[in-house]
Amino acid sequence: MNTLFDLLAQVLMRNGLVTAFAFVGVTVWFSYFLSNRLTRGRIHGSAIAILIGLALAYMGGATTGGTQGLADIEILAGVGLLGGAMLRDFAIIATAFGVNLDEIRRAGASAIVSLFVGVLGSFAVGAIVAYAFGYTDAISMTTIGAGAATYIVGPVTGTAIGASSEVVALSVAAGLVKSMMVMTGTPFVARYIGLNNPRSAMVYGGLMGTTSGVAGGLAATDPKLVPYGAMTATFYTGLGCLLGPSVVFVVIRAMFG
Amino acid sequence: MVIYGVALLACCMIAGIFVGELLGKVIGVQANVGGVGIAMLLMILLADLLRKRGRLSPISRQGVLFWSSIYIPVVVAMAAKQNVIAAVKGGPAALLAGALAVVFSCAMVPLISRIGSANTGVAEDVATKDDR
Repeated sequence: MNTLFDLLAQVLMRNGLVTAFAFVGVTVWFSYFLSNRLTRGRIHGSAIAILIGLALAYMGGATTGGTQGLADIEILAGVGLLGGAMLRDFAIIATAFGVNLDEIRRAGASAIVSLFVGVLGSFAVGAIVAYAFGYTDAISMTTIGAGAATYIVGPVTGTAIGASSEVVALSVAAGLVKSMMVMTGTPFVARYIGLNNPRSAMVYGGLMGTTSGVAGGLAATDPKLVPYGAMTATFYTGLGCLLGPSVVFVVIRAMFG
Repeated sequence: MVIYGVALLACCMIAGIFVGELLGKVIGVQANVGGVGIAMLLMILLADLLRKRGRLSPISRQGVLFWSSIYIPVVVAMAAKQNVIAAVKGGPAALLAGALAVVFSCAMVPLISRIGSANTGVAEDVATKDDR
């Protein structure tokens, strides 16, 4: 019997990506089943699927002690490939196929404003929270503020200005919290912030900036909006990495020493 | 052929990411600057061009459409590989910094969405009233 399981595990491991297709397919099916039966479709199936994904990631991380969530479990390593940056970006770019160029041109100005407000606002909010928790030096405040932008801006900025590893870890955690909140919360706030057209989706992407969060959140709200939000969001991390160690750090240092 | 669509998509991605890396190097940032966004713009422009010239057969399109429809499962897999433990371990400071950044940004959405559309919106209202 044991050898039978070993054999199955081997087959699953050797065909990781294919295993991931099957696994994710079953998860999505189950989520839509729950969505229809328990909420009568009120909570979108993909919103439930993302929540289940995050819960599974927690379980994966808790059992293996790794950083890749469910993908650290050997027979599910393929989930890491399917959900990794390469295929994620490939699928996001494919969604651009149905995009209306005029919509993008018309919303261009507000999208650019949203990027700057989003990056600088997140830095400010993060830095204030850092200050409130006793991280009163400019380096820590900037780094935690950078984490509140995205979990990539955090460590890039922190490394550039010489933050301690504890503060860098904190900034990554802040970015992860943001990404997961956006992923799960977007469908619930969409109605209240007018997130139902390409223009506001582009603004939303520029303000939030976390590509994974925006990509997941909009998918669960209205898949038609995904390309618009994702497009601006992908410029956010670059802008954050540009402004963080330079302008933002200089300003915060001038204010708090 | 389906592969033409997939290859078009792949070329857009490689070109976009390459330009993004290049931009990062030029500005002196340790990150890809908008690579995926550039790839998306390229995809929109090329798709538009090919469609107008009738060079994109319905079968070639399927190569792109498949990947755009596989998008949600990819996002679910992405959720399943997040480092949820690290987010939880960050404690109240990380939680608050992340959460307040989200709240702030959400609040700004209706305000910034109005930029550039407010004027045209009013103009359109006036125009329709005049028409009546």
